[in-house]
Amino acid sequence: MTSYLLFIGTITAIYALLSLGLVVSWGQAGMVNLGLVGFFGLGAYCSALLTYIGAPIGFGWLAGAALAAAIGVAFCLLTRTLRGDYLAIVTLGFGEGLRLVELNERWLTGGSDGISGIRPPLKEALSDLYPWFYFTLAWAVVALAAWALSRILASPFGRALRAVRDDEKVAAVAGKNVLRLKCQAFGIGAALFGFAGALYAHFTSYISPDNFVIQLTIYIFLAVTAGGYSRLVGAIFGSLAVMTILESSRFAAEFIPGLSAVQIASLREFTIAVALIMIMQLRPQGVFGLRNERAGANASDGAPHATAVPATPN
Amino acid sequence: MIVFTELAQYVVNGLVLGALIALPALGLTLIFSVQGFVNFSVAAQMTVGAYAAWLAGSHLGWSPILMLLLAFAVPGALGVVTDRLALAPVRRQSGAHTALMLAVVSIALNLAIENALRFIFGSNLNNFDLPMERNLQVWGLSVGPQQLRNLVTALVIAVALAAFFSLTRWGKAMRAVADNTDLARLKGIEPRSLSNLATFIGMGLAGIGGSLLAIDTSVDPSTGSRLILVIFAASVLGGLTSLYGAVLGALVIGVAGEVAMIAMPPVYQSLTAFLAILVILLVKPTGLFAGATGVRK
Repeated sequence: MTSYLLFIGTITAIYALLSLGLVVSWGQAGMVNLGLVGFFGLGAYCSALLTYIGAPIGFGWLAGAALAAAIGVAFCLLTRTLRGDYLAIVTLGFGEGLRLVELNERWLTGGSDGISGIRPPLKEALSDLYPWFYFTLAWAVVALAAWALSRILASPFGRALRAVRDDEKVAAVAGKNVLRLKCQAFGIGAALFGFAGALYAHFTSYISPDNFVIQLTIYIFLAVTAGGYSRLVGAIFGSLAVMTILESSRFAAEFIPGLSAVQIASLREFTIAVALIMIMQLRPQGVFGLRNERAGANASDGAPHATAVPATPN
Repeated sequence: MIVFTELAQYVVNGLVLGALIALPALGLTLIFSVQGFVNFSVAAQMTVGAYAAWLAGSHLGWSPILMLLLAFAVPGALGVVTDRLALAPVRRQSGAHTALMLAVVSIALNLAIENALRFIFGSNLNNFDLPMERNLQVWGLSVGPQQLRNLVTALVIAVALAAFFSLTRWGKAMRAVADNTDLARLKGIEPRSLSNLATFIGMGLAGIGGSLLAIDTSVDPSTGSRLILVIFAASVLGGLTSLYGAVLGALVIGVAGEVAMIAMPPVYQSLTAFLAILVILLVKPTGLFAGATGVRK
């Protein structure tokens, strides 16, 4: 039971990292990344392949994050003059296209068999303690990322980002370099997706294209909207909530008689999708809501929070 | 000469495929034009149409015309219902990001519909049990009779749509909204009142497209989702707001996808479509055929 909980806890940390990335690019800068699972997969495969040919594990993780960030910035530049819908289409296409490559370039990715035996860090040295170590490591990464992001987003850069989110034209008139801000935010988001992917690959030691399907994108969107899509604390809360729904529904399904495995799986996906739709309708600001996020010299003068009243999720 | 015939064969296959892709691409474009957001649930509605046609044709033994009517009406009606249930409440929260919120909700909707179908019908592939027919040979080119019938069906629907958009009051109003929403509103056309009709026709077209594709191959819960990139590529190529652009875009994507098979394995058809999207955004982001309204920020 402990090992199961540690496994779920570590996966939750990886979801939280993905959610943090989505909060930066979507919640704070207003750009929709429907292919976050693509960036996640890119980081995973990049790190798995690099460490396979002998690169240090840490280097593989950073390379995964950097590659994902580079692709993210490239898409951002590509759609710079167009409505946000185009970025959504391109990223969705990237996620699907990458999955096709993973499935079919067997010489590189092993096809549907995936890559197994990805090197785990320090596993031999730690033996029994290893699951605890990885659990702690993953949450430490989440804490570090959340702390760094909260610093970044509280700075004038974060304020400029929210200005871009709320009205690009006004931000541009105020002298902000809108394109650069957007590329930076989207790049940070993509880097976190890539890093989360690398973390995932070395945790399970096995990746296959089945790990990188569009459902995961929906889970993360649900996590982020449930928690309040512009709030870092909401991302962490949301990923805990989503993981609880996912895992408890696995047990709940056993109590419904007469359902086949396919039906149970589809019922779970259906529930998650409907939950996302309902939260976006009923409480789009999520549990933690929007906050009056000020930055700069007067930020700490105790300004009242606009809608920081916690409420039950609908 | 043999090389030429082979190439011509790919082009013919591409045109046949493109004619089928054109229907969902038209639906997507119509909905985007009138409602102003990308509705990703088009893919699932293609599958709904395919299942409706399969039930009508293989189980109830309906005639092909009735079968296609059902494949139009069921996704059309379901499209309107899901639009009212899932998307309309989000549309009412007007904000800077409503269009993107709607895109996110519609992709969740797509997943919900797909999984509802999987729950009901299972993951199996279902064939239409049509009798085997010999391919027609013309000038060394080979075309299946079913493909030919599909092509004719797509053409008939295209002509009927063209008549609808140029002759009827509703059709003209929709074109006006698609062309310039503000001007249309000034003339007293309320885009919102057209949104139900646009959704019905758009999703209906997606359903017919999906059913024709399924007749040629088979139907399973992912029939539509597998083609989502191809559909979007066609629509983006046409500039997302141009109805004629969507048709031409679909033909170009169809032919490009088939010709690319000379160099790439067939599984990469979606990848070709994705690359086409990237190229078109690099070269001429407003689409090959369209005026630029509504696409740029």
